[in-house]
Formats: sequence, structure tokens, C-alpha cells
Amino acid sequence: MSKIFELPLYPYKRSADQDASTPARHRIVVIGAGPIGLGAAIDLAQYGVATIVLDDNDRVSWGSRAICFAKRPLEILDRLGCGQPMVDKGVAWNLGKVYFDNRQVYEFNLLAESGHKRPAFVNLQQYYFEQYLVDRFRALEADGAPAELRGKNSVTALVDEGATVLLTIETPEGAYQIRADYVIACDGANSPARRMLGLDFVGRVFEDNFLIADIVMEETASFPVERRFWFDPPFNRGQSALLHKQPDKVWRVDLQLGWNIDREKEIKPENVISRLKAFLGDIQFELEWVSIYTFQCRRMEKFRHGHVIFAGDAAHQVSPFGARGANSGLQDTDNLIWKLKLVLDGKAPESLLDSYDYERVHGAEENILNSSRSTDFITPKSEISRLFRDAVLDLSERVPGIRPLVNSGRLSVPCTYDGSPLNGPDHPDLPARTRPGAPVVDAPIGASWLIDALGNRFQLLTLNAEAPARLEIDGVVVDRLALDANSGSEDYLRQRYLGNADSAVYLLRPDQHVAARWTHYDADAVAEAVRKSTGR
Amino acid sequence: MIVGLNLNANLKEPDRFYAALIEAHDGLSKAESDAFNARLILLLANHVGDLDTLLQALATAAKPNK
Repeated sequence: MSKIFELPLYPYKRSADQDASTPARHRIVVIGAGPIGLGAAIDLAQYGVATIVLDDNDRVSWGSRAICFAKRPLEILDRLGCGQPMVDKGVAWNLGKVYFDNRQVYEFNLLAESGHKRPAFVNLQQYYFEQYLVDRFRALEADGAPAELRGKNSVTALVDEGATVLLTIETPEGAYQIRADYVIACDGANSPARRMLGLDFVGRVFEDNFLIADIVMEETASFPVERRFWFDPPFNRGQSALLHKQPDKVWRVDLQLGWNIDREKEIKPENVISRLKAFLGDIQFELEWVSIYTFQCRRMEKFRHGHVIFAGDAAHQVSPFGARGANSGLQDTDNLIWKLKLVLDGKAPESLLDSYDYERVHGAEENILNSSRSTDFITPKSEISRLFRDAVLDLSERVPGIRPLVNSGRLSVPCTYDGSPLNGPDHPDLPARTRPGAPVVDAPIGASWLIDALGNRFQLLTLNAEAPARLEIDGVVVDRLALDANSGSEDYLRQRYLGNADSAVYLLRPDQHVAARWTHYDADAVAEAVRKSTGR
Repeated sequence: MIVGLNLNANLKEPDRFYAALIEAHDGLSKAESDAFNARLILLLANHVGDLDTLLQALATAAKPNK
């Protein structure tokens, strides 16, 4: 049977643009149909913005690659209308185990607090992830959304003309050109778009190699659904190892190899198999995908360059420890698309797009900091660093208080845009976790979830407070969502949104982040906050 | 509550503590002593808990009198 990543899902088809005498003009062109490009395209299609997605390939990514999807990206996928198949197919996991040398030093339970629709994480192969995004894109297309996905369309030149961008595109039937009002470059860590514009991408190279293998095991009774991480194990002395469950009896194995290796030799199947047998014992398995990777932590200085805007790995790159690649890329386009929509509609100044730079550079910095710290713990860079690392692991077995220092990857948590120029007023009596800049915290409301009632437009969430059902501030519509936080089953709302106050009013952005909040409705204050959060 | 690093005398029995500290290293190789010290620092840091206090301790320890 063919694997999904072997099938052309969006084969090349000739477009009328290829026969146009002058380059056809489009509103938005997205470069790259990976997780971030597709996420951006679905978001745009949902808003009814005409979008062309160009991809140099015609199928989903080969190999499982990104596998760990966190709660906030799952909520974003819900807003994009495709969270459910991801969660249905994905493997939910909570238990993590940490080993040092030949013994387990402790285990931890990630079980998130209750009162959320989505789990802390699911594991899912990137090819399924992309397949479900393509499915959703196709469904929107069938519903008449002005969106088009062009396979085997490789961008070879990009010229910023000021108000538009001119793209030259190579296809199996030759080259053609189109113009776009805006280009969103989601073309990965080696971003050709970035190179074509001569833009920098600087950061820190980590001198290390990792062997990554996805294996299919039929007999897995002794391999429970856990994340297991080994420091300095007997089967990979001086290095680390990771074992993680994916759907379909597929397991992710990650073995650190060190810096001075013979790459050609290590990637040979017989050598991979002997390494895996030393790790897993003499069991039956089939290799699905093998890769050796090195990594860097780096980012572009700015993500927005005129009418070309970078997102995902094209804009920033982190080590894989902590699942911050695809997870942060989805937060990029979550942040960008509603702003672009307001600018295209003339309801916000173009300078609103600069807040994408501010907020997502902040997110990238946070991710680079966290993933660099994990990497420095996993691969100590000096003798004293290794001494402390080993002391932490040694003590963690008998001293629970030391365990928070063990860092085998700080799993991705949602980014709060503290200090953003879009943030409006805060009130000290309200809980810190839902302060301006934070994404909303989910809570059950009756038989459904708060998160499902929010997004894609500005909203005024009122708890035990009065406000008009609908406002219109300079063309921006704000719908009220009124909730009663007094009923017993809704204590979550009280804890997460009221704190020490009796009532609250939250202005929420289309990306479900808090823009401003008060304890009571004040028409002038809300209008001013709406203007501020739309860049005016 | 005392905020910040206490630089005044705080050990109840300084001589006993000092003797115990030195004795704890008896018979240890340099590498074992280094590892012991690392574990000790981590345990004490966890006990202190407060980051500002720990950062003050790091800064104070970083300046020897030559």
C-alpha cells in the first residue's frame, strides 16, 4: 500500500495565468504548502481573501518530521476548522520518563489542568497533519472560497515593486509571472524567498548530529504510550536518546550522535538497524524514515519586509527539543492573517502589520531562548556544565525538588504578547494569566467550550457585566459574548477571568488573544482599545 | 521575611559546619569532590528558592579578593 506521502495530492495543472499576456494580479500569494503555508491559506480562505498557494512539490512532506502538536496550535486548528481530525488521529500522551545512565530517575505527568477542550499535546506525523490541512483547504475551495493550490510551481524570482510583488514561477511547462498585493513566505528553514531578497538569517549553530528514525513495530506490548528520554544511556554512551509514540504503530527514535561523525556511514540502513537494536533489543521493526540532522537557533531580524512577510521556519529556526517549530509557525500566521484582512479591507493602516513583527519576533525569541537552554542541558558545552547537569540528574532520583531543573525540552506553551503596542488597559484585580497579550484560556461553558465561541472577529466577552450586543468602531465590528460566571459549574470562568473582581469585560482579538480588559463596560475606553489594537 | 542575600553571620555553629563540610570531602578524588560540590550547591539553591537572592549570591561569589 502506498504511504500518503508518496501520493500527489495537488498535482500540477496548467493555470490560465500561464497564458496571460501581462502578469495576473492576486491579493495574496503564499509560498509553500507545508503546515504553515496551508494554515495561512485556510485562514485567508475562511475570510474570503483571494489566495494562491504555490508549492515546488505536489504532495505532503516525506517522513513524519514534526510530530508533537501542542494545545494552543490545536485550538488554532479548531478555529481553522480542522482540529478534530488531528486530535482523532493523534496519540494523546501525558506520561514522561527520564533515564540517566542505566536507570529511571523519575517520571512526570503532563496531565494539564481540567476544564480545557484540547489536551496538552498530541503526537501526529507531519504527513497526516498536512493531509488534513489539504482536506480542509479542498472543502473551503468546494464551498466557493477564492483559493487555489498550485503544485509543481516553484518560485524562482521575487521582486518587491512597492505596492505589489512580482513573482516568477517555474513549472513543468515553463515559467510565468504573477503579481501579488502581499506575499507570505512559508518556504521553510532554507527559504528560497529569503535568499532571493538577500535577507539575513543569523544565530547559533549547535555542533551536534542527531539520528532520527521512524520505525513501525507490530509487537509493542513493552513500549507504552510515553515520552521516554535517556541521558548518557549504556546503549549510546555520553549522548542522549528519545523514544516517542506516533499513530499507526510508528515510533520516533532520536539518537544523539555527537559532532565528529561519518555521516555517510551512519545513515546506512545496516548501521541504523544495529544502533536501534542496541537500544530497543532484538525486536522486529521496519524503518519508515531515517534522517541525520544538525540544527541551529536563529531568526530573521525582521519578519516583514515591505509586502513580503515571512512565517514559520523561513523566519525562525529552533532546535527540535520542545516542539517549537510547527507549533510556533502556526502561531505566526494566527497572528498575521486577521491583520492582513483588516489592512486589505482598508479598516486598519498598513502599519498594523508591523505589530506582527513585534509580537512574533517576541515569540521567536522566547522559543530560541527555551530551546537553546534545553540543548545546553542535553549537550553540556563545558566540563563544569556537564558536572552540574549530571549532579541534577543524580539528585533528581531522590530529591523531587531538583526535578524541575531537568531539561529534556520545555514543551511549547502559548506565547503572551506582553508589551505589545496593540495591548490596551489592564485591571489589577483580574487574573494574570488572561492579561492583555495572552491567548484566551479555555473553559467549559454549559455543554460546549469557550474557545469554540471565540475567534475570527473582535469580541467583547462580558462576565456578569452589561454591554451593547454589537459595537462598530471605525468600521470594525465587535460582537458581545455574555457569560454568567456565577453558576456553580462555571467556576473555571471565575478563576480564569474574574480573579478578585465581581465582573469583567474583555476585548478579544480575532486570533483569540486578549487586547484589553476592565471590570466594567466603558464605551469610550473600549472604543479606544479597539482603535489601539487595530494599529490606530 | 528577609529579602535578599544575608551577608551577616547566620550559622548557628560555624565551626561544626565547617568541619563537617571539609570532612564530607575526605577520601574523595578531585572529580568526586567537584560532583559533591555541584550536588550541594543545587540542594542549597533549591532550599533558598528566591531567584534574586541566588543571583546576588552568584554575583558575590564571582568577586574574589584576589
